[in-house]
Amino acid sequence: MTDVTLDPTKRGYWTSDQDVRWCPGCGDYGILAAMQFLFTELDVKRENTVFVSGIGCAARFPYYMETYGMHTIHGRAPAIATGLAVARPDLDVWVVGGDGDMLSIGGNHLIHALRRNVNLKILLFNNQIYGLTKGQYSPTSEVGKVTKSTPAGSIDHPFSTIGVAAGAGASFIARTHDLDRKHMIEVFRAAHQHKGAAFVEIYQNCNVFNDGIYDAIVKRSVRDEMMIDLVHGERILFGAQKQRGVVIENGEARVADVADVGLDAIVVHDSGRLNPSLAFALGHLSNDNMSPTPFGIFRSVAIAEYAEGVNDQLLAANEASGPGDLAALLTSGATWEVTGR
Amino acid sequence: MTDTADVTDQEDLANGTGRLETTAVNQVVIRFAGDSGDGMQLTGDRFTSASAMAGNDLATLPEFPAEIRAPQGTLAGVSAFQVHISDHEIYTPGDQPDVLIAMNPAALMSELGRVRSGGTLILNTDAFDQRNFDKCGYEVDPRTDGTLDGFIVHEVPMTKLTVVATSEIDVKKRDAERAKNFFALGLICWMYSRPTAPTLDWIEAKFSANEAVLEANTVAFKAGHAFGETTEMFADRYEVAAAPYEAGTYTNITGNTATSWGMIAAGQLAKLPVFLGSYPITPASDILHELSRHKNFGVRTFQAEDEIAAAGAALGAAFGGHLAFTTTSGPGVALKGETIGLATSIELPLVIIDVQRGGPSTGLPTKTEASDLMLALYGRHGESPIPVVAAHSPSNCFYMAIEACRIALKYRTPVILLTDGYLANGAEPWKLPDVDSLPDISVSFTTELNAQGPDGSPAFHPYLRDEETLARPWAIPGTAGLEHRIGGLEKADGSGDVSYDPGNHSHMTDLRQAKIDGIAKDIPAAEFSSNGEADTLIVGWGSTHGSITAARELLKNEGVSTAHLHLTHLAPMATNVAEVIGNYANVVVPELNKGQLVKVLRAQYLVDAKGVSKMEGLPFTGRELAAAVQEIRNNQEALS
Repeated sequence: MTDVTLDPTKRGYWTSDQDVRWCPGCGDYGILAAMQFLFTELDVKRENTVFVSGIGCAARFPYYMETYGMHTIHGRAPAIATGLAVARPDLDVWVVGGDGDMLSIGGNHLIHALRRNVNLKILLFNNQIYGLTKGQYSPTSEVGKVTKSTPAGSIDHPFSTIGVAAGAGASFIARTHDLDRKHMIEVFRAAHQHKGAAFVEIYQNCNVFNDGIYDAIVKRSVRDEMMIDLVHGERILFGAQKQRGVVIENGEARVADVADVGLDAIVVHDSGRLNPSLAFALGHLSNDNMSPTPFGIFRSVAIAEYAEGVNDQLLAANEASGPGDLAALLTSGATWEVTGR
Repeated sequence: MTDTADVTDQEDLANGTGRLETTAVNQVVIRFAGDSGDGMQLTGDRFTSASAMAGNDLATLPEFPAEIRAPQGTLAGVSAFQVHISDHEIYTPGDQPDVLIAMNPAALMSELGRVRSGGTLILNTDAFDQRNFDKCGYEVDPRTDGTLDGFIVHEVPMTKLTVVATSEIDVKKRDAERAKNFFALGLICWMYSRPTAPTLDWIEAKFSANEAVLEANTVAFKAGHAFGETTEMFADRYEVAAAPYEAGTYTNITGNTATSWGMIAAGQLAKLPVFLGSYPITPASDILHELSRHKNFGVRTFQAEDEIAAAGAALGAAFGGHLAFTTTSGPGVALKGETIGLATSIELPLVIIDVQRGGPSTGLPTKTEASDLMLALYGRHGESPIPVVAAHSPSNCFYMAIEACRIALKYRTPVILLTDGYLANGAEPWKLPDVDSLPDISVSFTTELNAQGPDGSPAFHPYLRDEETLARPWAIPGTAGLEHRIGGLEKADGSGDVSYDPGNHSHMTDLRQAKIDGIAKDIPAAEFSSNGEADTLIVGWGSTHGSITAARELLKNEGVSTAHLHLTHLAPMATNVAEVIGNYANVVVPELNKGQLVKVLRAQYLVDAKGVSKMEGLPFTGRELAAAVQEIRNNQEALS
């Protein structure tokens, strides 16, 4: 019997010795498995990989990966990871958090990490509820959501996660869901390959406090009609017979029957557009959990990465002024000599 | 400005082909005051530099409003710069100005009360008109109603003279008028026999991009100097001789620059790259600016989206093996509290620098106060002890920045360094250290497994402590075989696994405290001095050092001997504090807060220490502190 902990192509190599403590049936198990399986296929070293998380159920993720990990403060993971990625551009830094963690208390850090295009792979587990605190509504919960803190229904308007990322100028934006390991692995792999901030929303089921919210979209029986697969360079078509598609009208994306609008009216997906408006429009295609919803890569553009910019400036300064000389620094202002008392 | 004719001019100026013999004075306190737009900070700063080059001891107190440009001519817009120069060692920017330069009526109204009786007033009379009187609330011209009785008043039409002097230069009238602060500077430099070359050189370097402004400022400066020389308005010219300094190379330094250089030096001494996460805040932003200029030292500066992210990014960099800092003022420390708590829990080095200012809330952003001591000592949730250190003079900021790093690195702990607005913006001459004499503060990253797993195989335990320091290993990402997870949840002693065990939490709480307490064995004794048989001990911390020293000199002149214990390490405190503090009938603790250290001393050492408090956004003057000490002594005598 081979020791799986010594073989990087085995899941066990990427699995820490800690007991996983999510609720039985939680969608997080599937995400963890997908990540560990992805690592069996990637040519990376575990010592060069760091998972940074905030607080929440999802944020326990780093404890279960046999890599370096940091379980930090509610909302602050993107900021802490930014410092790590800027200090250590040699590392692969992943950020894991939930919808409360990253869109509520940590919303500011998320948008700024995305805007700066720091080389972080940011996974947002969206279950539209606060799980760890036992079931309050979140910034992605729908209007009218009845929870412990909203007995009369939530009156908050939820975020479009993809819209937030596009608005922040994220250079990579994707969505996947916890029931399809293969899809998750491919999206995570693309995020890993992307240079810069990669934002991945994962529709994740909380079977205790918000069970089945995505069933109308991601259950195997309805996927063909409800999941819109985004493929760069191809028309955005879906349905068993590809009979439906997405059209852009007056700047808005909407679903149409091909028979009604004609194939030429169906938009060709272009994830490489520098302007994020298409990603934004697709992000707003569905505003509930009952309508056809896009999955896959909304946007993937090559723009300058932040840590590289920081380090380029260091190199340039070194080239221009030579390596720092402390004695020269101390005498860089006006100085005078005193001889004897 | 490099042709020979001008060089000759400069020499003439410097030699002062004197109408007047100079009178030697031991010291003088000069206060420059004007509108925020009048360039008073720059004028004061240049006079200070020229005085430093002349070898004087000096101390400065810049005071400016929080508004960048308050309405022109109003009291709210007055910006002032006080400088104390002397031929002997001095400790404060001076209690009362001997000379006030007032560029407008608002400056006169705002500052006159500080000037010593019989002091000299130099007024820019061009600004003394009804409109400006109305703006600041003078009902009649203060020059005519006796307001200035008892002062020596010089009325100089500085704006007009500057415009006339610059009339040959192709410069906009507005720029010509704006050069009037250089006229004032030239006049004062003449009056106090300052060398002119440092100022002329500085003007040339500073304004090299704008020939017209360069020329206007140069001409205005020379005109001011010549005005003093040639008019008979000024009956006296003074000379303040060089102070008797130890031999060495000196520079003039502000606290914020010293702090910045200390941070850079610490990186070199620790052999680690420096990471600064910061968010702009007065009066700390200059540190971010200064570090941003020195990327060739391997310094990475990150202007974060907020104070929390600034601290967070620094902590992330610390996890990655950098010497990590976050710089801020009180409101920022409040926001960083949760991150400092995490750093306390995950036991990583992080240096938090708090340049204190008047609070609470936005308070007095540009004024000094030392009211964050309790915040630094206790301002976190849970039991989260961390070391706190404080600088006591502008140049001391350099050494305390290095000391904060030494403690943080060696003990793997966040450390708060307290400075304040007075230290940050105040300047003093600094005898530059030999860089080879600075301490080696380097530490080693852990690269080897250090324990055994449950099955007996070699393992890495991130919370297995050093027996002497109780510091945990610092194993950074990229180190093969030492992959581990840390976080804010309580950790099992040794293995670092998440643990909710009651006994373990109690034990870990004790260990975290013991680690910090143990640092007391590894810090220098608190500075102590006594100038005779003293019944009174003054215990200070931070920027009160100079005021306390000045007050003690005044008391000594009155025949009262005192002792002085000054704390740079507030947590833990040096072991000699306990030895010294019980030996005096009176223990007086002056603080620019409502009595924070005094509470700690009373609690820790059970002494009946008395606080002296000042909450005016200004340092103590020597006189008021001496009076307060005397009052406490008298009250004590009355009781006994």
